[in-house]
Amino acid sequence: MSQVTMTVNGKTASGDVEGRTLLSQFLRENLNLTGTHVGCDTSQCGACVVHVNGEAVKSCTMLAAEADGADVATIEGQANADGSLNTIQQAFQDHHGLQCGFCTPGMVMSAAALLKDNPKPSEAEIRDYLEGNICRCTGYHNIVKAIMAASGQDVSAIAAE
Amino acid sequence: MYNFEFEQPSTVAEAVAALADEDAQALGGGQTLIPTLKQRLASPSKLVSLAGIAEMKGVSIADGVLTIGGGATHAEVAADACAPLAALAANIGDPAVRNRGTIGGSLANNDPAACYPSAMLALNATIVTNAREIAADDYFQGMFETALDEGEIITGVRINVPDGANYQKFEQPASRFALVGVFVAKTAEGVRVGVTGASEEGAFRWTEAEAALNGSFSADAVPAAPSADGMISDLHGTAAYRAHLVAVLTKRAVAAIG
Ligand SMILES: Cc1cc2nc3c(=O)[nH]c(=O)nc-3n(C[C@H](O)[C@H](O)[C@H](O)COP(=O)(O)OP(=O)(O)OC[C@H]3O[C@@H](n4cnc5c(N)ncnc54)[C@H](O)[C@@H]3O)c2cc1C
Ligand code: FES
Ligand code: FES
Repeated sequence: MSQVTMTVNGKTASGDVEGRTLLSQFLRENLNLTGTHVGCDTSQCGACVVHVNGEAVKSCTMLAAEADGADVATIEGQANADGSLNTIQQAFQDHHGLQCGFCTPGMVMSAAALLKDNPKPSEAEIRDYLEGNICRCTGYHNIVKAIMAASGQDVSAIAAE
Repeated sequence: MYNFEFEQPSTVAEAVAALADEDAQALGGGQTLIPTLKQRLASPSKLVSLAGIAEMKGVSIADGVLTIGGGATHAEVAADACAPLAALAANIGDPAVRNRGTIGGSLANNDPAACYPSAMLALNATIVTNAREIAADDYFQGMFETALDEGEIITGVRINVPDGANYQKFEQPASRFALVGVFVAKTAEGVRVGVTGASEEGAFRWTEAEAALNGSFSADAVPAAPSADGMISDLHGTAAYRAHLVAVLTKRAVAAIG
């Protein structure tokens, strides 16, 4: 066991971890931040996407020890200070960008990472960026639509399913 | 995953020393190794993370030479390398994989379907380690086999920026790895063609195509598909299909270079 300390959603968090403890496991089990979902645990689905030092990573494929000293952002830190949904989250709700919601934390974190680098992505760029985020419910159209809307673009031309 | 100790040295020398321990293994971006550990296909007693080593970072171009740190992520290569290699890196896996996975890790692993090996062969790259420099032609030694010694670390890669180059990847749609990938480069030493995903021997140079393209650099000059003998055959594609793709993708790459 060794101690790791990181900033998670703006607050300092420490805990004892084994070498093999995954970041996803540390967030969920040590910090009780269970919004980060583990869908596949094999680096395929993207439900576990969080930001480490501002970059989207699959937290099931990173060791907690590798995040020692890092600045981590999870879905729990995405809402506005007054508790209301942020722009991306609200757009997911408004455009039915989720059904069961399992993939949603990863989708929202990936969307946030995309919009940080590319504030007005095209539909094709959104689909390409979400290559590592799998959704088994929505068929993706409404997720793409929500992200377009969150970036302030007209979504009337995108098909709804 | 079996448990292991975790170390994060800040210099190559410290990492080499840490890797001298029996059963110690290097950790690059973990995008291959962590899934491997989860399946208990490897059980190192100690992982030595290379992520804290500043001298292994960075991508730069000076005097026609591209230098990439062994710890540079695919995202960093996509942002800062010369265009054809940047485009290759920008299409590895997905954004989260590219933010962690490194060129050193990919080359050390030498997956038969990985993208970089074809580019290293076509670009006549030099693989730089803590101990020596290895020409790409000597480095790849078959599926998952390389010239690296136990505990040897890829600290960087050096490439003469080509006159023109292009990578064509035919994606296996589920894994997003290359079913077949072909990298064609016009270099000072002539045209070179690197192929990944096709052969049971791992990445290779298609020398017949190189000879033909040195004569006439046009898609029509690309020879008929190479022999299917020794090509990979699996549920995603037969050996003959892969051999066919090698020729098709070579033509597309040549056409793209123009
Ligand atoms: C969903 C997904 C999709 C992917 N798609 C593609 C794709 O399309 N094309 C592609 O090419 N790859 C793909 N990959 C693999 C990805 O590129 C990996 O990042 C890469 O193969 C390994 O790099 P790494 O830095 O993560 O290495 P690690 O996983 O950390 O290590 C891999 C091996 O290399 C060794 N090693 C690591 N760094 C060094 C070094 N500097 N010197 C010596 N040895 C070292 C380790 O000990 C280990 O044996 C994909 C991976 C995933 C999870
Ligand atoms: S749980 Fe991490 S990618 Fe699926
Ligand atoms: S909403 Fe159910 S998996 Fe995406």
